[in-house]
Amino acid sequence: MSKTRASGRTVGGLRSLSLQAPAVTLLLLWMLVPLGMTVWFSLQRYNLLMPGMEGFAGLENYEFLFTDPALWRAMGNTLLLVGSVLVITVVGGVLLAVLFQQEFPGRGIARVLAISPFFVMPTVSALVWKNMMMHPSNGVLAWLAGVFGLPAVDWFSALPLTSIIIIVAWQWLPFALLILLTAMQSLDEDQVEAARMDGAGPLSIFFYITLPHLKRAISVVIMIEMIFLLTIFAEIYVTTSGGPGLATTNLAFLIYIQALLDFDVGLASAGGVVAIILANIVAIFLVRLVARNLEH
Amino acid sequence: MTTYKTKQALPAEGHLASTNAAGETRARHTPLVPSVGARRVWLTLLGWGIALIIFFPILWMVLTGFKSEAEAIADPSLIFTPTLESYVAVQARADYFKFALNSVVVAFGSTLLALAIAIPSAYAMAFLPTKRTKGTLLWMLSTKMLPPVGVLVPIYLLFRDFGLLDTRTGLIIVYTLMNLPIVVWMLYTFFKDLPRDILEAGRMDGASTFQEVIYLLLPLTLPGIASTGLLSVILSWNEAFWSLNLTSSSAAPLTAYIASFSSPEGLFWAKLSAASTMAIAPILVFGWLTQKQMVRGLTFGAVK
Repeated sequence: MSKTRASGRTVGGLRSLSLQAPAVTLLLLWMLVPLGMTVWFSLQRYNLLMPGMEGFAGLENYEFLFTDPALWRAMGNTLLLVGSVLVITVVGGVLLAVLFQQEFPGRGIARVLAISPFFVMPTVSALVWKNMMMHPSNGVLAWLAGVFGLPAVDWFSALPLTSIIIIVAWQWLPFALLILLTAMQSLDEDQVEAARMDGAGPLSIFFYITLPHLKRAISVVIMIEMIFLLTIFAEIYVTTSGGPGLATTNLAFLIYIQALLDFDVGLASAGGVVAIILANIVAIFLVRLVARNLEH
Repeated sequence: MTTYKTKQALPAEGHLASTNAAGETRARHTPLVPSVGARRVWLTLLGWGIALIIFFPILWMVLTGFKSEAEAIADPSLIFTPTLESYVAVQARADYFKFALNSVVVAFGSTLLALAIAIPSAYAMAFLPTKRTKGTLLWMLSTKMLPPVGVLVPIYLLFRDFGLLDTRTGLIIVYTLMNLPIVVWMLYTFFKDLPRDILEAGRMDGASTFQEVIYLLLPLTLPGIASTGLLSVILSWNEAFWSLNLTSSSAAPLTAYIASFSSPEGLFWAKLSAASTMAIAPILVFGWLTQKQMVRGLTFGAVK
């Protein structure tokens, strides 16, 4: 993680180093100070509700955490949430990018409408979906089900994690579309034309020309989405508060519950360390992916 | 792999214009299937249908803001008498503008600060690259992958000890650091596209690094800097984790204000919709205006 000591062999290198110093130093501090503190707290017995009980706890917090089924449930939920949203947004994004690349009247406006959810703050989109779309009696989806004679679904108690996935995917699908649509515009039309002349159908053009062309854009989408999806918080906070039970508690929310609701700093910090390790495993994989795509 | 343009020799603005123009002209001769007319109708329906479905929750929210509370929870209907009563009621709570002001101050303050710190850094990476530059850039991005919740406790305690809890200064600091990696990354992408000759010519004429940046680099890459700033504003404006955890009342931005409606007694959909509409309107317009530039900066130049 500390690949920051830029080689200052030349004058240019030194100048480069000094110009980068503010950003690099701040980010190092931002990363290392809280990280060090988190690791330190995770080894302490430290509950804000029990003053006077502080002391070295060793691995007690970790032991408690790892034997708590909530951790595994939260990790599972985190991976399920990230994985599902990635699949939905990438597959949906590619299909929508192909659609919105075709010419039709009002395409520009349609594109802007489809991209809009990305700019809506997560708290607002969660509340709109919770109250006006998915509300079991007065929501639009319940009304729609009624029109078709189907029973209304009580989204947040019957399908809690699915509901969260729908909301988050709704926010990030437009982002994937935005990036992939831009990538589509550099698709070599002559190549497509030539393939068509040779009798290639739309499907083989899609799989042999369009999809390979979008490869790098897709990896960019996956990387950026992963950064944000691993730490989903507001959508859960506003809609289900992690429930019912632990059904929608991801790692971020579990630590939040321990830290700010149970005031157990030691335990929350241990959870934080686990979250950081999980994120780093993902980050190593992602940085490789992006680094490979940067070298042509 | 040969179809990717690796180097872009044009300034940001010119490049964008040309891509768009090319995109439009190319699309014109795309559909070559026999029944062009039927295909067009079908495409129009599908394209607009999907766009409207995706946009529907936002549209519905805006419409609900103009309904009375009774109409808001009645069966969905597009026919109603528009009223501003919800907006008036929201405004009567008086604190709406305090939250909005906090959002504006925090989003723009942190963006300006992040730009000020990132510009020298991105300049060095783009024009004075060392062996480590790419590594540093990737490391910066990887700090973004650390879940904020992992460091919530220490930040919370540090903020408490330094008296930064529930202050705008505190939020500005956090948002600056939060967005710094992405801001450096985007600026680097835009700066890298600038032909080096231009800066070298300036250097020949005896310009210092500072003058080079102020008189040459910044004006020439202004569109890129603007869109970087706008993305940073959007991310700060919409950020909810830190704002919900580090503020309570006096520095709380709109995200916290809106979250207060999640409590059961706040089940006034028309008012919620009116407040939400006001909370997202400026940022939505920002987004619409800048979407194209934003993409280019975000993608490490990988998507041209």
